[in-house]
Amino acid sequence: MKYTSIALAAAMTFGASQAVAQVEITWWHAMGGQLGETTNEIATRFNASQDDYVITPVYKGGYEDTLTATIAAFRAGEQPNIVQVFDAGAATIIGATGAVIPAADLIQEAGLEFDPEAYISGVRYFYADSDGKMVGMPFNSSTPIMYYNIEALNKAGVEPPKTWEEFEAIAPALVDAGYIPLAQSHSPWIFTENFHSRHNIPFATNNNGFDGSEGTKILVNNDAIKTHFTKVKEWLDKGWYGYYGAGWGDNQAPFENGDVAMWLGSSGSFGGLKNSASFEFDATYLPYWEAITSEPTQTFIGGAALFALSGHSDEENRASAEFFKFLSSTDIQKFWHQETGYVPITEAAYEAAKAEGYYEESPQAEVGIQQLSLASGDNSKGYRMGFYVQIRDVMNREYGRIFAGETDVDSAFAVIEEEGNRLLDRFAQTNN
Amino acid sequence: MEKAQFQSRWMPYLLLAPQMVIIAIFFIWPAAEAIRASFFLEDPFFGNSTFVGLQNYTDALSASDYKRTAWFTVVFTVLVSLLSLALGMMLAVSADRVLRGQSTYKTLLMWVYAIAPPVAGLIGVMLFDQHIGPLVDFAAMFGWHLQIGVDYWDTGFAMIVVSTWKQVPYCFIFFLSGLQSIPTSVKEASAIDCQSETRRFWTITFPLLAPTTFFLLILNITYAMFETFGTIDQIVKDQPGNSPVTLVYKVFRDGFRGNDIGGSSAQSVILMIFVLLLTIVQFRLIERRIHYT
Repeated sequence: MKYTSIALAAAMTFGASQAVAQVEITWWHAMGGQLGETTNEIATRFNASQDDYVITPVYKGGYEDTLTATIAAFRAGEQPNIVQVFDAGAATIIGATGAVIPAADLIQEAGLEFDPEAYISGVRYFYADSDGKMVGMPFNSSTPIMYYNIEALNKAGVEPPKTWEEFEAIAPALVDAGYIPLAQSHSPWIFTENFHSRHNIPFATNNNGFDGSEGTKILVNNDAIKTHFTKVKEWLDKGWYGYYGAGWGDNQAPFENGDVAMWLGSSGSFGGLKNSASFEFDATYLPYWEAITSEPTQTFIGGAALFALSGHSDEENRASAEFFKFLSSTDIQKFWHQETGYVPITEAAYEAAKAEGYYEESPQAEVGIQQLSLASGDNSKGYRMGFYVQIRDVMNREYGRIFAGETDVDSAFAVIEEEGNRLLDRFAQTNN
Repeated sequence: MEKAQFQSRWMPYLLLAPQMVIIAIFFIWPAAEAIRASFFLEDPFFGNSTFVGLQNYTDALSASDYKRTAWFTVVFTVLVSLLSLALGMMLAVSADRVLRGQSTYKTLLMWVYAIAPPVAGLIGVMLFDQHIGPLVDFAAMFGWHLQIGVDYWDTGFAMIVVSTWKQVPYCFIFFLSGLQSIPTSVKEASAIDCQSETRRFWTITFPLLAPTTFFLLILNITYAMFETFGTIDQIVKDQPGNSPVTLVYKVFRDGFRGNDIGGSSAQSVILMIFVLLLTIVQFRLIERRIHYT
């Protein structure tokens, strides 16, 4: 019995390899747990959809681990065909001219049709070069939105705030109802990068860094964000804001436990929250300051994109191009969006999900896409800065010090500006 | 000492060669590479480097938190080394004194050593978790609002506790074998001469354990400085924020997370020099006072 099945398997493998020489490509990703399974499912579906190519997904650990492993592999000439790189690592990989084949070129060189307009506008530019050509293929895309505990807001008799001014008006009622009004999970991403997008304020020189690393300066030391952090510190002291450190989960937990009434997280948190929160919750746009702008703009995407690495045969590149096409297809995007809570990257997938009534059932899942589709501005498309992981570390450290009362807002932002610029300058020197 | 006789002049060198090759490949070459890289800024993908002289060093040393990180490293290393030494010695002496079920005690105390560092870190993280950690609840009973990841010294406290806990069994094993190598005749003689157990410990046992203590002190310092970054990474959950970190964690973070090879190399060369000085001090000042039997 056992021998028969082995023989059968051998015969099948032999038969298959005889029938067609399949092109094999590898895909390194950073999606663990449930997300990893969904990721593998996409690869399985791709392999089942045609006979010419086989893609093998490999989980390489967290985002940083995956990027580090890719760099090591690239230098050894053993790089995978496709790798998933996160937002803060975008400058590193896009800046390494020649290491990556831009997604747009890859698809067109394979003779396939590529239409950038098919992608949702907030998604289109973040992984693009200064001419707007898509370099990375957006994969897991999310944007910061505000979740709120419906019961908590009802108990306090308030409406979810659209602006931070409205938040200040309702916070005391939430405190009286026994809640900490607000928490958020990622100060650099939500309170800094997307703060600039939402208010259409420049975040860096050189077109927010998209025009190249040479001479790019961070513009974070501005009055708007300093006022914001002065307010946040006041809220913290009044008990309107809960700060639980720089870790994502530590700040999400109090919302899930029902201690915090409103939480700023990722549109991709939706799937997880649905399982972990025992109360009814809804979501809305990231609030803005009316004092700063009366015309708030869109936010940009976080998450990660897929990059096709150079140094492979045309056949393999063609396989990667086919996979990118497959990934952008409406069915796969809809599947990914509904399984994980990440936003669909194409208009068509969004329309398809809408048409089947998905958002009537889960309105929270639509907020991220709508926010990404709001009016855009010159400074709402995100940023491109090198050594950004370290810059975020500096931000997190200084914000922690503000909240702990170890420093004041002015000196903290002066430090972030100075050290950020030094890191950018160092990065520019690596890019010659 | 007797002189060994070799047929050929080259024989001793040949016998030494494997060890020398290992040292050259795994220690000298990487160290030399780190020194070279510390003078360059390197593009991670292609390795194209630009010579920048001492810029990596000045950037590292003038970073606003360098002093604070260095200071925490010192406090952390001193506390972890001394606490694991003291606790290890205390437990070894106690276990050595137990008459009934001695081997059970010993096995139980050594057990922790078998836990892999990441697992130990994870257990520590769970015990100290700000929302579900039992130790946080325990601290709250005394009115201490322990908040890992928010309060600088609370986080440092957790790092010291978890790192020490990991190292105590190691010290315990060495102290126990050290205690067992003290001749029974010496112990009996001292028992006749002196009734006070405490005094016997400090005048007889402790000096005889001095070589073990010195050896462990060096190993503990190395452990606290270089092998704890995994535990630290677990405790800060990959987001150091305003939490205390050690210099080696910073090397790891900038090099392996941030891909700043030159900056990270410069920081590790600074550490290399520091450790070199420390080792000279240790051997010059402390070892002279130790009597090897």
